[in-house]
Amino acid sequence: MQNKLTPKATILDAPEMARIVRRMAGEIAERNRGVKDLLLIGIRTRGVPLAETLAAEIGRMEGHPVPVGILDITLYRDDLSTIGQHPLVKETHLPPIDGAVVVLCDDVLYTGRTVRAALDHLVDYGRPRAVQLAVLIDRGHRELPIQADFVGRVVPTSAEESVEVAFPSTDGGAEQVRILERTPVA
Amino acid sequence: MASESNSAPVRWTKKDLLGISDLSAGEIQLILDTALSLQAIEKRPIKKVPTLRGKTVINLFFEASTRTRSSFEIAEKRLSADTLNFSASGSALEKGESLIDTAMNLEAMAPDMIVIRHKHPGAPHLLARRLGSGVINAGDGAHEHPTQALLDAFTILQKKGRIAGLKVAIVGDIGHSRVVRSNIHLLTKMGARVVVAGPRTLMPVEIEKMGVEVAYTLEDALRDADVVMMLRIQLERGGGTAFPSVREYFQMFGLSKPRLSLAKDDAIIMHPGPMNRGVEISSEVADGPWSVILEQVANGVAVRMAVLYLLSGAHEESR
Repeated sequence: MQNKLTPKATILDAPEMARIVRRMAGEIAERNRGVKDLLLIGIRTRGVPLAETLAAEIGRMEGHPVPVGILDITLYRDDLSTIGQHPLVKETHLPPIDGAVVVLCDDVLYTGRTVRAALDHLVDYGRPRAVQLAVLIDRGHRELPIQADFVGRVVPTSAEESVEVAFPSTDGGAEQVRILERTPVA
Repeated sequence: MASESNSAPVRWTKKDLLGISDLSAGEIQLILDTALSLQAIEKRPIKKVPTLRGKTVINLFFEASTRTRSSFEIAEKRLSADTLNFSASGSALEKGESLIDTAMNLEAMAPDMIVIRHKHPGAPHLLARRLGSGVINAGDGAHEHPTQALLDAFTILQKKGRIAGLKVAIVGDIGHSRVVRSNIHLLTKMGARVVVAGPRTLMPVEIEKMGVEVAYTLEDALRDADVVMMLRIQLERGGGTAFPSVREYFQMFGLSKPRLSLAKDDAIIMHPGPMNRGVEISSEVADGPWSVILEQVANGVAVRMAVLYLLSGAHEESR
């Protein structure tokens, strides 16, 4: 039996997302007392526009640009030997991370396995002074002891649901967050 | 090369890489895109990713090789695979064991992939049919050498930004060269114009049927070329009997600096190695600014990492 995903509800629209990102940017700047050594790293694919938006917002508030890096965690996934065909590997672009305060950014925090892979990837590049985690949506169901430092919205979900975050740069159209439901196809 | 769009990429489904002739243009592009992503790993402080952790790759080389074997071995190690090097000398082959028996014995030790070079065309295909492991052809006689053609294409893309529409001249021992055959398949699939040149005695009959033009002088081949690929005379395969002397060969088909001026100003010079200086290429050309010969070697590692990565995924799926 096959499943398909059908939209169930839109939980955030573009203005709401913008307000949440502004609040998160403020929290990141507050917690780190400014932008010194701050480096935002987006996890491909949709962690990247989140990191870029947060960095722009923090830069605007603090009057100082915040560097952004891009991490592709494909080569560090723990399920490569079970998923069959390997996913497309894309490039990783990181500024020097030694001594930096890295804020890893991802759109949705779910099992925590992506973050585990990202942490392993990071330590192969250098030794940041600290690593923090910022996610737009925390949907629960963690399979590893990982928690976010900065959360946009906690959204309780069931495992049968899927959370879809859209950004203009990756998906076209306006920012939004939707919940999709797995329904059997006859 | 790699696009950021969400368009569905070509999916890799093959357990083996036996030749370029089996690949579609999309599959070739997928390997090249993957190689581009993997290339950055060598610039990191820790030049290793855990992707093939716990996988075993056997490098089965029945013919001499420095570049290709070490390139595969480095690629395997950068992906964290365990590697075993096996060469014909000092093995049970010298005691009369057949290729299939050797391979079946190695397979019994449960490797995930086998990289094979053999003097007989089709040897990798034979293993691929008999073995469950993924098989990578690292050169079979004068037939194919797919990873060489892929690293050549990667180097051309890196230098020229495209393959389609370029004039590529391939000069030398066309008849004995597996590098030529794989390159012709690849370059024509990707839309390049390929001209082969060399002595008539080293030119296979009906090579035009592979979609290439034939030139019998070096000058005709070089004129307005974007890429010039020089080949070694394969003395061990009888290439030395096809012309009167090495000196005469260099006069006719050796690439020297004055001749190079016939090619485009920004032409690049390639050579798959090993190079015979003063036979097919002068040192001045081989070491000049137009030469990308060492870049080819460097790119070989990334391209072979891409092949190992893609094949190991397909291999899991077929289990």
